[in-house]
Amino acid sequence: MTVASTWTGRMLLASTALVLAMGTASAETLRWARVGDALTLDPHSQNEGPTSTMLHHIYETLVDRALDGGLTPRLATDWYIDPEDPTVWVFELREGVTFHDGSAFTADDVVFSLERVRAEASDFKALHASVVSAEAADDFTVRVQMEGPTPLYPQNLTNFFIMDRDWAVANEVELPQDYAAGEETFAVRNTNGTGPYTLVSRDPEVLTELAVNESHWDAAPEVTEIIYTPISEAATRIAALLSGEVDFVQDVPVQDIARLEQTDGITVTTGAENRTIFFAYDMGSEDLISASVDGNPFADPLVREAMHLSLDRDAIQQVVMRGQSVPGAQNVAPFVNGWDAALDAYGPPDIPRAQALMAEAGYGDGFSVDLNCPNDRYLNDEAICQAFVGMLAQIGIDANLVSQSRSLHFPLIQNRETDFYLLGWGVPPFDSQYVFDFLVHSEVEARGGWNGSRYSNPAVDEMIQSLATETDLDLRDQTIADIWQQVQDDRVFLMVHNQLLAYATREGANIEVHPENQPRMTTMTFD
Amino acid sequence: MLAYILRRLVQAAAVMLAVALVSFMLFRFVGDPLVNMVGQETSLEDIAELRDRLGLNDPIFVQFADFVWRALQGDFGISYRLQLPVSELILSRLPATLELALISGALAFVFGVGFGVYTALNRRGWVSNTIMTVSLIGVSLPTFLIGVLLIWVFAVELQWLPSFGRGDVVDLGWWSTGLLSTSGRASLILPAITLGLYQMTLIMRLVRAQMLEVLRADFIKFAKARGLTNRAINFGHALKNTLVPVITITGLQLGSIIAFAIITETVFQWPGVGALFINSVQTVDVPVMAAYLVLIALVFVVINLIVDLLYYVVDPRLRVDRAAAAS
Amino acid sequence: MDRLARIWDSDVAWSFRHSPIAIVAAVVALGTIFAAVFAPWLAPYNPFDPASLNLMNGFTPPGTPNAVTGQAFVLGTDHQGRDILSTILYGARISLFVGFAAVIFAMVLGIALGLLAGWRGGWVDSLLMRIADVQLSFPSILIALLIFGVARGFIPAGMREQVAIWVLIVSIGLSDWVQYARVVRGATMVEKGREYVQAARVIGVHPVRIVLRHILPNVIGPVLVIATIGLALAIIAEATLSFLGVGVPPTQPSLGTLIRIGQQFLFSGEWWILVFPSVALLALALSVNLLGDWLRDALNPRLR
Repeated sequence: MTVASTWTGRMLLASTALVLAMGTASAETLRWARVGDALTLDPHSQNEGPTSTMLHHIYETLVDRALDGGLTPRLATDWYIDPEDPTVWVFELREGVTFHDGSAFTADDVVFSLERVRAEASDFKALHASVVSAEAADDFTVRVQMEGPTPLYPQNLTNFFIMDRDWAVANEVELPQDYAAGEETFAVRNTNGTGPYTLVSRDPEVLTELAVNESHWDAAPEVTEIIYTPISEAATRIAALLSGEVDFVQDVPVQDIARLEQTDGITVTTGAENRTIFFAYDMGSEDLISASVDGNPFADPLVREAMHLSLDRDAIQQVVMRGQSVPGAQNVAPFVNGWDAALDAYGPPDIPRAQALMAEAGYGDGFSVDLNCPNDRYLNDEAICQAFVGMLAQIGIDANLVSQSRSLHFPLIQNRETDFYLLGWGVPPFDSQYVFDFLVHSEVEARGGWNGSRYSNPAVDEMIQSLATETDLDLRDQTIADIWQQVQDDRVFLMVHNQLLAYATREGANIEVHPENQPRMTTMTFD
Repeated sequence: MLAYILRRLVQAAAVMLAVALVSFMLFRFVGDPLVNMVGQETSLEDIAELRDRLGLNDPIFVQFADFVWRALQGDFGISYRLQLPVSELILSRLPATLELALISGALAFVFGVGFGVYTALNRRGWVSNTIMTVSLIGVSLPTFLIGVLLIWVFAVELQWLPSFGRGDVVDLGWWSTGLLSTSGRASLILPAITLGLYQMTLIMRLVRAQMLEVLRADFIKFAKARGLTNRAINFGHALKNTLVPVITITGLQLGSIIAFAIITETVFQWPGVGALFINSVQTVDVPVMAAYLVLIALVFVVINLIVDLLYYVVDPRLRVDRAAAAS
Repeated sequence: MDRLARIWDSDVAWSFRHSPIAIVAAVVALGTIFAAVFAPWLAPYNPFDPASLNLMNGFTPPGTPNAVTGQAFVLGTDHQGRDILSTILYGARISLFVGFAAVIFAMVLGIALGLLAGWRGGWVDSLLMRIADVQLSFPSILIALLIFGVARGFIPAGMREQVAIWVLIVSIGLSDWVQYARVVRGATMVEKGREYVQAARVIGVHPVRIVLRHILPNVIGPVLVIATIGLALAIIAEATLSFLGVGVPPTQPSLGTLIRIGQQFLFSGEWWILVFPSVALLALALSVNLLGDWLRDALNPRLR
């Protein structure tokens, strides 16, 4: 087998571009590079960004996320709560859709996929935890029985991919791959979806080729062939774009944006990502692990207020992020339900007042504490922490920066072994409940898993629990607003900014930024 | 002879076991593999449960024994990250690394010997001084910087050579080679230079030093006295006597090249085992890390073994010494 | 004065006086070392003091005032608003400290084990040399990565950043002791057989005294050569490890860390963040390497 090279591809592309300019071509090959590869092609095994991004080209979901954050039909044409039973969701399916192997898409495939995604080895099972069962009412209607009223369930379905039952049975992949079983299953490298592209070849972490699915139900995309290559080093990735070896770079370092924009033949598109970057601190424990003083300074509201006053969000935005971020004070993105312009507003830093507060709290001489930071997870994560270390130093807090790989950083938060840390949080269901469940609620059963702040407020917990089943959406929004007010008053988080994403393409290729960083090559257009 | 080989084999096995054990103890400190295996919604209970099923809660020696037992049967498990059998993953990446290592080793050898001979014969010339000084730049800057600078100059500014990847590869059975296509050969140039520069400097210095010694040896003086041409002396006698230790060292360096390929492969997105290893370290893909380190240990043990056996065969004087040392 | 004159007239000094490269290299190396040692007095700013930094100074080009703050910096500033000149001086200090300490560590360990192996012989010698074989064939960066990883497990969370530099030193030093051990072992074996050593043993001189007084001076030359080259190697190794994500914290960067950071700005136009630290590292490593080269030739009597 000969794998098409990006090098000869470049020559080929030059000639295709020429043909296109004359307005006769209908085929476009797109060479797409980003930092990492899809981990697997099994649609229910890895709940992870690049994996889902790739899978959206091969498989399809019932509902899709629009660029403005709303839901749009995909394999489901309509969905609603059964008027007779508030615990049942009904999905009406698209007719005339076929899988890549030619078999028809029916309600039975959805029922099967819903069983598969809830299996023990599925990485998405938490998103479907409230599902009791699913049944096919007819060939194109599925009824999903929930534990109780679950008004937001469809929001969890944007990465729920539909597989063909017969194909799965024939290839013995009725269940997602189980790591512990220690063997590769057929679905890891083979696919049979309904999506706009079919898999041509795959060499994990080297090269994946996709070709357009001629019999797809939707309008034919301009991109007919995709050559996907992960390039992990940022400098090399940008070099490949500058030298014309790739057409589309998805992960553009913020420092390169301005320069790329000025480069002939390259277009940069930026847009908001559904991800907030914030600091959090242990405000619940008696003692801190790394602090130079006895007791817990973060438990003192005055200290938390002083830290908020010391953070110069605009400086971080202008220098560290090169203008590529949206600073704010509320840690959800504006398109997430529950965002409030008033709560998101922030003032300039006020160092004298912060110093006074520190003195009032009894920490006039300051204290030292470790600041844990990832260095390979978010845009310029280490530099953000480093900048904040400088700001904290001005109010007497001597933060020792401990920046390390995400594999070492995140367990510290989950195991409650850090006093003070940086975290980024995306909100896939686009609703504040997701933030509250994981970050604000006390650690009880399935909730509070990421509550490294150790914030615990029984009244707030109760309000959070009510959100899951409240069907009166106005009342629910009011509760969300109340919770946010309390969270902001208590200074549970020290929000820095919302991330912006930047995509760079060769000139003439256009694509919009996807809020969950899952761009679809079907939306790529060419001048 | 047989007893000697047997003894060396046992020692080799012991070395590999030691490497495997050390790497195993290390994995616990690289990070938590579960972070990269589950989504952020996964509850702490489910994480604990998966950890248990993977056997990560077992005592380290139980895990180690399990690993050795399965490795002996050729089973290195399944990658946590890519969900593919590790042995298959490594085998598919090995040709890229070996090709890069061999080519850059060959480049380093040819240029190293050439420059080394030249600078030894013309010790005080300005060309020699220039070569000596410039070659030192190769060991005075970190490899990753040299790689990035080469990409900048030759891929971005001049657009002569590709910046990443292997280009077209042709599969010959399980071996995939980039040497049979123009793009494959073009892709090889920058990584090979980056990787070979350090070794070239090393070899050049070694050749120069050896040549200088040999040129002052008695048999060269006799050769001069016998009226042989300079050319015959320099290349027929001096170089020949220089090359034996140089080849030995180069052979031993091959393992080192494979290890240093980690950095070159990362910079050039070269799809070899080194890049695979670094990606695995970042995501704590324990099965891949373990297999890679064992593989590297194997390469070293084999190279050392071959060198020792060659010595044993070639140089009778060493037989006593080596055998004594090994006992 | 006599002594000085004797040094001036010695073969090595003569060779030095007649090697322009060695003189230039020595000036550059000593100049860098001097600047690094006296960095706190020479540097215009203290980049390791976070409270003194103004983020708005970030990315100021060399020699031109910052658009917002109006401050000017000779070599510009980096992404945190740190003066590049000062970070280079402080960074060189860290790089040199790591380099020297790693070399001394490797040297002491290597000489001790080499003497032990050469003097005792027998199974001690075989064992040590077998370990050396394994060590020599195992790539140094992997050894350093292993040690760094293991150390992380033993050191309590709050201490890691403070001791990172020591772990670095041990990691680099441990991967480098074999060369010293080999040279010293060989020399020891030769000297051990000499008559004067035999005589000293017979009259009951303590072995440690024999080793220190008679054997060690004989190996100073080659050890010095290895150490000089080793210093350059250790400084580069530190930079390489920093690229692989292990090393000193970014708030107290070494030259290698500075280059790793500066590398991100190669295509974004802030060339000075990469170029100046790289030039500093190159000048330092190159001059030390050249000195090592010269020393090797100068100390080899057969090459004169």
